[in-house]
Amino acid sequence: MINESRRGFVGKAFGAVAGVGAVASLVAMKKTWDPLPSVMAAGFTVVDVSNMEENKLNIVVWRGKPIFVLKYSADMKPTEGRNVKIGDNYFSVMIGLCTHLGCIPAYREDKKDFKCACHGGKYTDAGVQTFGPPPRPLDIPPFDLDGTTLTLGKDGAAYKELMAKA
Amino acid sequence: MAEFNKAENLGEWFDQRLNTKAFWKTMMSEYWIPKDINFLWAMGALLATLFGILLISGIFLLMYYKPDVNLAFDSVNYTIMQEVGYGWLFRHIHAVGASIVFLVIYIHMFTGIYYGSYKKGREMIWISGMIIFMTFSAEGFSGYMLPWGQMSYWAAYVITEIFGGIPFIGGDLVVWIRGNFYVSDATLTRFFMLHVLLLPLGILGAIVFHFYTLRFPHVNNQEGDFFDYEVESKKFLDGNKKESKVINFWPGFLSKDIMVINIFMIFFFYLVFYHYNFAMDPINFDKANGLKTPEHIYPEWYFLWSYEVLRGWFFSIAGISGKDLGLMAFAFANGIFLVMPWLDRSPTVAPANRRPYFKIWFWLLMLDLVILTIFGKLPPTGSNAWVGFFASASFLILFISLPFITNMEAKKAGGKQ
Repeated sequence: MINESRRGFVGKAFGAVAGVGAVASLVAMKKTWDPLPSVMAAGFTVVDVSNMEENKLNIVVWRGKPIFVLKYSADMKPTEGRNVKIGDNYFSVMIGLCTHLGCIPAYREDKKDFKCACHGGKYTDAGVQTFGPPPRPLDIPPFDLDGTTLTLGKDGAAYKELMAKA
Repeated sequence: MAEFNKAENLGEWFDQRLNTKAFWKTMMSEYWIPKDINFLWAMGALLATLFGILLISGIFLLMYYKPDVNLAFDSVNYTIMQEVGYGWLFRHIHAVGASIVFLVIYIHMFTGIYYGSYKKGREMIWISGMIIFMTFSAEGFSGYMLPWGQMSYWAAYVITEIFGGIPFIGGDLVVWIRGNFYVSDATLTRFFMLHVLLLPLGILGAIVFHFYTLRFPHVNNQEGDFFDYEVESKKFLDGNKKESKVINFWPGFLSKDIMVINIFMIFFFYLVFYHYNFAMDPINFDKANGLKTPEHIYPEWYFLWSYEVLRGWFFSIAGISGKDLGLMAFAFANGIFLVMPWLDRSPTVAPANRRPYFKIWFWLLMLDLVILTIFGKLPPTGSNAWVGFFASASFLILFISLPFITNMEAKKAGGKQ
């Protein structure tokens, strides 16, 4: 004689155990693909901007991303909520990845704009998009300012002020 | 245990133990294929052969390839290409094979669409085939990353970035897929695993399933003719081979397949030995550099059409950004073929040239895909951007209008009867 209720119980118990095991396995598998702690440990990049040339694009690396640091010349006008004044000059500090699909736009000194070769997006010298598929201006990384020293990855007063205006 | 008699020969010995004779009949000598077909019906066996060639050449490459950002580029371009005996041959076979397999997949797919081989009981054949195509696309993409050249890197960057377009979780998802904030060593090793193990396993399983889906609905024929396989196969077995509408899979069908495969292989090895450069982008012979995007990036030719659908949307419409529109169009383009059996509302199974409206639709689709492919490779500036936009929009319109077109066609055919 087969005891149906007993068989049913065994089936349900197996299902429950297998279900918990499956969910636990998925969690473990998901975690395996997470960035490692060494990667997550916030990297800080320190840049001294005092020796930078005007209207020449400087690229520094922060968390594997190119960061554009552009010193404005006297004839370049700042954009509200986009530029930071360090000493006598305005600067653009931006993540140099096109907000469309992440290519690195090139700076054209004569036209004072950024052009992305991948899909034709264009930005002003302050990183505001003017043409093509980019959905938003170039992102501004968190930074802290100490004299002429820029620390990327730390959200200081100047950064918060800039974000409040934007 | 069942009783075993002493076997007369080796064949019988195996038959007693594995039932090989019955298995052979079911799978090969008494599996039936319609007679009314042409060389386009050989593409399936050709694809299986190409998959085998990719697998074997891949095994040889795997022995010297090193999935590490510092070693990968040199392990391919120095060790395999210059040191390993015939390493260059296996690399060129693998690269040309990957490119050509997509050419044959497209021929196979559009043969299916042309002859209406995806409906009236053949839906699962179509869907399983599309699953193979999608897995193969992922296989091609993950493999392209491995030589760790500039194109490898930026293709990986742009394609993983696409997932950032998914609402809410996009940004975190991209970091999770890459295992870092950018395409890095963690990304390379995990895509290496996908390329050499998980995806090939999936493809193998999907191929077996694809064969199985053919079992009951059977292969379509040139006229979309439905007939009784029991009756026709009986005629064949009774010796009425001329009257029967079917031939056996082995040796009848496969012998012709093998002839097509042989002719194709002459072409294939001609490419491997004399024209392998089309599958080897010169930009990919520069080592990956995360801080320098190449002037102009584009995918391999077989992804150009869907790449162009993605980037055709360069301005915002009704407050939706060009980027989001492009992503939506891209998702649509890559998913829409899957539901082809339900978009075609006409019950007629016939070649497109005998379907008044579908015929036009089919050739317009071919034309649009060619335009998308050509403009996908050109820089997206000036008038190119507009051609891209209209070609991308046309692709969407073609598929959205298909149910209406085929409905009208079905009504017209119904009126005639």
